[in-house]
Formats: sequence, structure tokens, C-alpha cells
Amino acid sequence: MSAVILAADDIYVAQNIGFGIIAATMIAGALKVVTSKNVVHAALSLVLVLGGAAALYLLLAAEFVAVTQVLVYVGAVMVLFLFGVMLTRAKLGQEGNLNNKNALLGVPIALLMLGVMSWVLIDGFEDTRLPQDGSQVSIEAVSDSIFRPYLLPFWALSFVLLAAVIGAIVLARKD
Amino acid sequence: MLINNFLLLGALLFCIGVYGVIARKNAVMVLMSIELILNSVNINLLAFDRLHGSLDGNVFALYIIAVAAAEVGVGLAMVLLIYRNRKSISLDELSEMKG
Repeated sequence: MSAVILAADDIYVAQNIGFGIIAATMIAGALKVVTSKNVVHAALSLVLVLGGAAALYLLLAAEFVAVTQVLVYVGAVMVLFLFGVMLTRAKLGQEGNLNNKNALLGVPIALLMLGVMSWVLIDGFEDTRLPQDGSQVSIEAVSDSIFRPYLLPFWALSFVLLAAVIGAIVLARKD
Repeated sequence: MLINNFLLLGALLFCIGVYGVIARKNAVMVLMSIELILNSVNINLLAFDRLHGSLDGNVFALYIIAVAAAEVGVGLAMVLLIYRNRKSISLDELSEMKG
């Protein structure tokens, strides 16, 4: 596949280098999330993955989703996670065994899934290129899309969020 | 850029997340692994969106982000409740449904 990349003349080197750096950061962060023995370190590695995802969205010309990712994930969800870590009194700054006794079972399962998915993707998309016309997805168009064809899911989502907020309050309050 | 770059990265993140869900004992860590999985799906959606030049992937990525936020809120509330009742969030010890 790398030969295909090198032989192409309409290749955008800067984008590919950027993608490589972001992807390497995300993979390292993700591996740290699932292997770290320290809960807080895992949470901070998750920030790395989520930030990398936002950068990838920018690379894919989806500005609004990237901004939303930073606001919602890196802003809100991570604070929620750190509160969860704090309130369940995980031993902050200490290392403990976070894996269960069947942890090694996960390795062959994950590798098997990765193998199957990689095979299907490489077989199916070979060297399909993303369009490089430099166009951006305008927020206007996204909002038109949300509020016209996808209005019903939007309503449903509003109720899901409402139910989640009420449910979280009911579950977590002390009576 | 090849679309496979993005799709393979998504697949890899998905598998790392699945490993985390299987291997982790701490309930908060399992929730973090689920976030990894949801993010890999988002990357796929936006890559296909770019490939086909439509907007549907953008819309669904936004919806997934919203659902993920709701899921983390409720999930952490449940973890908190479990911790309050049992002084532990180890998933190994939640075996009442084993029969």
C-alpha cells in the first residue's frame, strides 16, 4: 500500500504527515487507557485520544463536529469522569490492579476482531481516495440537515437527554 | 489521503476499546473504554461522510456525541450508586444475577 502512496502524484504530503502524527498519538493514548494501572493517568490519556479525534475531524473538514467534540468530550465528559474517579475514592496517584482475572482473554478477541475488520476494509476500499477539493462542511448546511430531514431524531435525542439528566439526578442523590 | 487510513485507525481504536471492556475490572475504566469505541465509530462516520460528500455523517456524529454524553452521565450515576451500596466498584463482585 505504501508503494501506491509513493507513486501517486496528487498526494498531499502535509496532510498525510499530520494524519500519521495524530494517529500515532491516538493509538498510544488508547493503549495507555486500557493498560494503565492508575485511573487518573488513564483519564488523562483519554483526553489525548479525544483531542486527537477532534484534530482528525478537522482533517476531514468537519469543523462543527470537531468543536463539539472539544466542548462536550474534552470539556464536559472528562470532568464527569474525573468526578467519578474522585467520588468513588479510587486511590488517587496510586497504582492498583485494575484488570480482572480473565483480562488476557481480551487479547485474542481484540486481535481477531482487528484482523477481520482490517481484512474487510483493505479488501473493500483498497486505495479509494478521499476528495481533496479543500471544501469545508458549512455549519449552515449541517443545521439545515439537522432541522429538516433529521428533525425527528433530534426530538428523540432531546427526550433522551432530558431522561438522562433526570435519571442521573434521581440515581445519584442521597435521600 | 486514503480513506483506509481513517477506517483502519477506527478499527484499531474499536478493538482497543473492546479489549478494555473485557479486561477492566474498575467500572469507571469500562466506561472510558466505551468512549473509545464510540469515538472510533465517529471517525468512521465522518470519513464516509467526506468520501460521499453528504452531510448525514456529520449529523449522526453530533447525535452520537450527545448520546455518549447522556450515557456517561447515567453510567457514572449508577457507578456512584453501586459504590455507595457496596463500597467497591469492582465489576467482578457484582455477581447477584449469576443464579
